[in-house]
Amino acid sequence: MDDLYREVIIEHYKNPGYRGSLDPNDITFEDENPLCGDHIKIDLRIGDNGKVTEAAFDGHGCAISQASADLLLESVIGKHVDEIKHLTKTDVMDLLGIELGPVRLKCALLPLKILKAGVYGLGEATDDLLEEGQS
Amino acid sequence: MTTFNVDKIRQDFPILGIDVNPGVPLVYLDSTATAQKPISVIDAMDDYYRTSNGNIHRGVHYLAERATALYEASRAKVAAFIGSDKPKELIFTRNATESINLVANSWGRAFLAKDDVVILTEMEHHSNLVPWQMLAEEKGLRLEFIPVTDDGDLDQMVFDQLLEQKPKLVAFAHMSNVLGTINPAKAMIAKAKRAGAVTVVDAAQSVPHFSVSVKDLDVDFMAFSAHKMLGPTGVGALYGREELLDKMPPYMGGGDMIRKVYLRSFTPNELPWKFEAGTFCIAEAIGFGAAVDYLSAIGMDTIAEYEHKLVQSAMIKMKTIPGLEIMGEKAAHRGGVVSFTLQGIHPHDVAQILDQNGIAVRAGHHCAMPLHDRFKIPASSRASFYLYNTEEEINHLVISLQKVVKMFS
Ligand SMILES: Cc1ncc(COP(=O)(O)O)c(C=O)c1O
Repeated sequence: MDDLYREVIIEHYKNPGYRGSLDPNDITFEDENPLCGDHIKIDLRIGDNGKVTEAAFDGHGCAISQASADLLLESVIGKHVDEIKHLTKTDVMDLLGIELGPVRLKCALLPLKILKAGVYGLGEATDDLLEEGQS
Repeated sequence: MTTFNVDKIRQDFPILGIDVNPGVPLVYLDSTATAQKPISVIDAMDDYYRTSNGNIHRGVHYLAERATALYEASRAKVAAFIGSDKPKELIFTRNATESINLVANSWGRAFLAKDDVVILTEMEHHSNLVPWQMLAEEKGLRLEFIPVTDDGDLDQMVFDQLLEQKPKLVAFAHMSNVLGTINPAKAMIAKAKRAGAVTVVDAAQSVPHFSVSVKDLDVDFMAFSAHKMLGPTGVGALYGREELLDKMPPYMGGGDMIRKVYLRSFTPNELPWKFEAGTFCIAEAIGFGAAVDYLSAIGMDTIAEYEHKLVQSAMIKMKTIPGLEIMGEKAAHRGGVVSFTLQGIHPHDVAQILDQNGIAVRAGHHCAMPLHDRFKIPASSRASFYLYNTEEEINHLVISLQKVVKMFS
């Protein structure tokens, strides 16, 4: 029972390592899931080699969306922005290690959408961003 | 009065016996979203397709006659259920939402004009808000709102002041789907009438749960859905006062709603068919009649009394949980809905963990975003009760909520 709320999810929700904001930053983007009001802002600092040196998120929402943001940022430290462009839904699901129904999937994937919209410099976080990087 | 035996009632609802996971029985506390269906309703629709399926009002053969008779009998039952003795005042629609849209599009387009005042409330479901916003945009109407007090009641003093603006229309929910507040509809309608307004009551949450009479309320329009009162989805009703319905233009054009059609014009059918264009959800309308029969056999006063006991007990037990706050707890009159927040825990997480314990509750804004803005919370969890819920289910809810709190502490 309660496998959706694996220890790691509760842990990252209660004690996030990457909560906060970065000012100045190189990339910042925020958006929300209007369905449930989850709101997330992600800030990144990028080194001269194009790799992420620091990352932070802020906002509010359910344990799944907040833990997903924390795990995601943890995983992108040291990654090149071009690698981030290729992150997909599957990467997030691997990080979380749980199966989700369609409603909660939206919570889990909100941070990735925001991260990729920021990296691509787009005005809007759309569902297309959850597939392989193109455009 | 019949004696109320909940165990016997539960046997009429096959779905209440399922397990949501192996060994985890369903505890259904989301009847405010949609109610479960008794066998008699399921059978009525099944039987219709097996023995009586034909198109209504469009044939002289055996099945067409039979289907028409069943459909119209159902209309008469639903009309009688809400205290109307004129079945033609009862128009079948898809749901409460369509009923309100019908009033906005037909009556509103014809009889409202620029700068007319329409009074709504802060506790409306989006379906009694957005249709008026759309019409206001089109016509340049002025929308005013009766505020909700901290206790969860409508502020009647502000309502009195708003009535001085001579509104053309006053529309409000009889019972809030979030706060559970039962508004003093009869008194509000009387005041609105004295001010010269037409009245619309969104009865989606009241008609299923206690006895409502359009005669007693003296209301002009009333909207409700079958699926929240043990009936099927896809059918609802609009009650309208005959004099008003007569003057209204048709809402949709097509078959059934006409008397005569020429190449360039038509004359509309009489009531109620003027508003029922196209082949209708016949089986569902018949199921609606069966739902009303089921509720009437038990008695709405008996149901209301039982639900009242359940919700009182639920609120007392839920309040023992640390960090739990009930929205609209102190409302003067409330029905079987308990929306709540748990400090530091998102409603989605609450609902998800309850689901793992077999308990179905709703999480989110329950189609009432402005009301959540009013209470400055993004979302809430909601447990709602109906005639088939039990005290044991409430205990299971409370124990599971304690588990939720523990997990996040
Ligand atoms: C108060 C209220 N009004 C209107 C509706 C809309 O009902 P339907 O979706 O069946 O049209 C609901 C349903 O949740 C409701 O609770």
